[in-house]
Amino acid sequence: MLEFEAVNTLYRRGRIIDPGVGTDMTADILVLEGRIIDIGPEIDLGMDLQNTVKEVDLRGLWVTPGWVDMHVHLREPGEEYKETIASGTRAAAAGGFVAVACMPNTKPVNDCAAVTAFIRKRAREEGRCHVFPVGAISKGLKGEDLSEFGELREAGAIAVTDDGRPVMNSLMMRRALEYARNFDFPVISHAEDLGLAVGGLMNEGRVSAMLGLRGIPAAAEVAMIQRDVTLAELTKGRLHIAHVSAAGSVRVIRAAKARGIAVTAETAPHYFTLTDESLVGFDPVFKVNPPLRGAEDVAAIKDGLADGTLDAIATDHAPHSVLEKDTELEYAANGMIGLESALPLVLNLVKEGVLTPSQAVAKVTINPSRILSLPLGRFKKGELANLTVINPETAYVMDSRTFQSKSRNCPFDGRAVQGHAVLTLVDGRPAFSRLER
Amino acid sequence: MPFKRKDLLGIRELEVHEIEHILKIAASLKEINTRPIKKVPTLRGKTVVHLFYEPSTRTRTSFDIAAKRLSADTFSISGSTSSIVKGETMLDTLKNLEAMKPDVFVIRHSASGTAHRLAQRTPASVINAGDGMHEHPSQALLDMMTIREHKGRLDGLTVLIVGDIAHSRVARSNLWGLSKMGARVVVCGPTTLIPLEFDQLGASVCHRLEEVIPEADVIMVLRLQKERMQQLLLPSLREYAVVYGINASRLSKAKSDVIIMHPGPMNRGVEISPEVADGPHSVILDQVTNGVAVRMALLYLLGQRQESSGTV
Ligand SMILES: [Zn+2]
Repeated sequence: MLEFEAVNTLYRRGRIIDPGVGTDMTADILVLEGRIIDIGPEIDLGMDLQNTVKEVDLRGLWVTPGWVDMHVHLREPGEEYKETIASGTRAAAAGGFVAVACMPNTKPVNDCAAVTAFIRKRAREEGRCHVFPVGAISKGLKGEDLSEFGELREAGAIAVTDDGRPVMNSLMMRRALEYARNFDFPVISHAEDLGLAVGGLMNEGRVSAMLGLRGIPAAAEVAMIQRDVTLAELTKGRLHIAHVSAAGSVRVIRAAKARGIAVTAETAPHYFTLTDESLVGFDPVFKVNPPLRGAEDVAAIKDGLADGTLDAIATDHAPHSVLEKDTELEYAANGMIGLESALPLVLNLVKEGVLTPSQAVAKVTINPSRILSLPLGRFKKGELANLTVINPETAYVMDSRTFQSKSRNCPFDGRAVQGHAVLTLVDGRPAFSRLER
Repeated sequence: MPFKRKDLLGIRELEVHEIEHILKIAASLKEINTRPIKKVPTLRGKTVVHLFYEPSTRTRTSFDIAAKRLSADTFSISGSTSSIVKGETMLDTLKNLEAMKPDVFVIRHSASGTAHRLAQRTPASVINAGDGMHEHPSQALLDMMTIREHKGRLDGLTVLIVGDIAHSRVARSNLWGLSKMGARVVVCGPTTLIPLEFDQLGASVCHRLEEVIPEADVIMVLRLQKERMQQLLLPSLREYAVVYGINASRLSKAKSDVIIMHPGPMNRGVEISPEVADGPHSVILDQVTNGVAVRMALLYLLGQRQESSGTV
């Protein structure tokens, strides 16, 4: 997958945060030929390794299992002018991610083995990180016929979703949850009642009333999540709610979990960082679906992250070119890029006291890995090293012109942030590095 | 210099002294419209481009007359006659129009925020002639001018806006403007046509006309769009007319000196009955007259932007 050589390095005195095994300690990590050989304090290389193994001092830096973004749109095949598997995975690595799960709303739709296989092949050839394709629930995302989950599984898909649009037909959602159990797929729900959301451009509330923009009520999301958890209970299927944006959604998921329903959920950095006040200048960069909500929703999302109702943070990286974004708000496409802005925003939750470092890291490592049954997200001796080294203190101003992504629809440009990825090791190879050689 | 803006995009961002200044200029320019030769050379050599992406004979004509009376050169590009086709957006068109080096764009568009987007892109001044459900600042200014002519003041008045508040840029612009000028704004209409959050925006919200008509110094009646039935917002025009139509019997409960306004075009027999529209309380034709004066004031203030010493 990578042109780089596997590393032979002893990483000294980093703060190793591995919530999957419950460690948060200062220690060394020895990586030989790309594999994690040892983790512990003051590792002694011995005479024979001293000359062949490089030592890198990571004092003041965090070392975490490689970050996993369980919700991205890589746009290949079909919309390569927005993003490719090459550019998207470069962006992922630069943002500290060793793996991404890519949504099926490509052109053609990833609803069959051929497309899944194509994505995996391109990822092997040009990818800078692991790429896990997510298959479509329905053929062509049309909501009419089920895709062949077995064939998708065989080709390497790891979950199913119609993301980008909801499964409006409740029977279709029921069957998807039931049938996915055969293949141990989680069913990822883009929860949106299209009838309630119709024509909406932003969150429905005080700001939409003020701006005269048609609103999407939080109820469009909450009602659909309520339906989906009810169907998950009925079917014993594994349900995962994508991009949770609203306070009511957090309440419904919290209650469902308390009842023992197999539901997990993710939110995205923009939902705990921005509010619908951002739309006051009518800038389409802030147009996203589900829409940016109010301050109470942001607070509820943070509460949901803190108490574990929201398991994961995913970016919903949705690249669009100026063709889709540099237009009137009404005609602009929904979506924001996120791979290269997520890390400092996740770290900000720690600075704000919402999450402990270990909790924050869990949201982007072990939790998404467990939801998608990926062999990632925690350190294990003998395995190829997938890790992210982070400088949590580096202060800078976000500037998407420096990004690896092909698109520039970043709503955080100009924001003063802290923290970036210093090194991203994918299967023991440096997919991204700011360390001097 | 009381008015330094490049653009006039909405009333919400204006200061009270700016509104006062526009109204003052409009009052002095109104006199020109009564002269035998209704033309002054103030904007000679300036180019005003009317960009109308939504059909509107009244507003476009009003702006066009205003521009011509100030001797500006005008071009009109309208949704029905030009190359504005589906797929070509306002921002695409702008690139071609910039070649004309216009001084002022007057834009009407069905999408909220379009005037803002245009203003961010062009060095020319932009006047918002109505954007979606967002703002219609010249309408609110001419309404304030008309109210003040009849009532002598805005401060302390109760202005009742009746109808489809949710979809109305006229209601929004008037709410911001009238509140700033010290009037109390009451909005009244069916619950489906007034967002719940409107009371957080400075309006008093009411759903029963009978309760608020006796308090009103001004009743501003909004046009009801026929497509509201398809959106499940109303069962029928007939029921709307019965419950929220302003008719003579309702008006008999109002103050004797109440004035009736309507931004036009009217659905006579739906939101307003013919005898009220043409009756003694109606100031609807004054609104039209003041529309030209207010638009002359806006073109004057923005078109003269580079020459700061200009006087009327
Ligand atoms: Zn989605």
